[in-house]
Amino acid sequence: MKTEDLLARFKARDPRAIGQVISQVENNGPQCSAILAALGADVMDSTLVLGLTGPPGAGKSTLSGCLIRHLREQGQRVGIIAIDPSSPISGGAVLGDRIRIMDHALDPDVIVRSMASRGRLGGLCAAAGGVVRVLAAAGCDVILIETVGVGQSEMDIVRLADLTLMTLAPGFGDDIQAMKAGLLEVTDLLVANKADLPGSEALCLEMSATFRDRSQRDGIDRVVRTVASQNQGIDTLMDRIEALNTNHLEQGIRTARRQLSLESETLDWCLELLRPQLLAAIRGQHQPIDPRLRAEQLIADRNHDQRQ
Amino acid sequence: MTTPAPHRVLIAKPGLDGHDRGAKFIARALRDQGFEVIYTGIRRSPEEIAAAAIQEDVAAIGLSSLSGAHLRLFPAVLKALKERGAGEIPVLGGGVIPDEDIEELLAAGLHAIFTPGTPAETIIKAFRSACETIQHADDED
Repeated sequence: MKTEDLLARFKARDPRAIGQVISQVENNGPQCSAILAALGADVMDSTLVLGLTGPPGAGKSTLSGCLIRHLREQGQRVGIIAIDPSSPISGGAVLGDRIRIMDHALDPDVIVRSMASRGRLGGLCAAAGGVVRVLAAAGCDVILIETVGVGQSEMDIVRLADLTLMTLAPGFGDDIQAMKAGLLEVTDLLVANKADLPGSEALCLEMSATFRDRSQRDGIDRVVRTVASQNQGIDTLMDRIEALNTNHLEQGIRTARRQLSLESETLDWCLELLRPQLLAAIRGQHQPIDPRLRAEQLIADRNHDQRQ
Repeated sequence: MTTPAPHRVLIAKPGLDGHDRGAKFIARALRDQGFEVIYTGIRRSPEEIAAAAIQEDVAAIGLSSLSGAHLRLFPAVLKALKERGAGEIPVLGGGVIPDEDIEELLAAGLHAIFTPGTPAETIIKAFRSACETIQHADDED
């Protein structure tokens, strides 16, 4: 299909066109550049991007189901990017996050897109960033990015999101220890899910201690207790998201974060686009030299060639 | 891109039976062959399946039914896709399907039908060729 036709249907919010545009951006397809150029610079201005992360089994998908329902009751159009890992061996993936959000399958104002991590060199950010902007252009007021586990892809998602929510549940003690140094530091809100289970109190105490400084600074408690399976605590969570977002907007934090995110995404893309050329220069040339030194040489050669 | 993007397919179970062993087996087999498989879970209506396939922009859909309602459910998915302007997405079906029904389903527009005796390789091959068919159709535009 011609790009103009596709974009015209996309602007008319044809679901088929939205899906196809996302594919072009995700796969870096032949129409990708033209599509991204047509999105406009102000596309994200009225969109809030929420990152949802946490260990498997803590209730992320159930929680995002609650958030979607809540946002839909407010009349907001919602986009969801659900990310699952690709198999490092086959490159395939089973993407099963839709199972818990199928309640909204026939709602035209809920756009769900599953993405596999695909072991991308430039990080997930490179592809997911474009998809976020496409969803914003498709009229989504709120975009949820859902990702499993604790690793590099989560840090990428944190960069893309305006606010990051970490979902935990009682019984994940060791995971939490492992996360303390990394993800918790960049988490904006901690959702203590399954609050009806024993151990929730202890989890909240521990998390409140971790977040104490930040909570005291602006008076917004960073720990929210929920029972997502029973839709409990979601009102409080939504209020907290709202308060933090307002705070971030007033203090310029959101603008600063977005700027940083765009910079690192641009860098990711530079590396991604340079990759084939560099690979061609490296491949098949056996130099008796340390790889690091060889890399310096290649960059120097490249700069030299360009100056001429 | 240096490597082509993996084929995206949707595996769904329409109707009321909850026996998803076959569907999950195929989902895993496809994953192991490099497909990205979106799995929607059990008891989905034809409309829900069509809407999900369109949002996910999949190249093919696999349906599993063990309830005996395949003659009604599989064509209903085709109809739901057509109504949403996505009639070109090939739909493959599998399950406990008597021989005499296979002809009828193929005539109704199903891309391929598999039964409990079909080897996994045959199924994977059929998905791959279905995905490539739709991709070539795109390229010609």
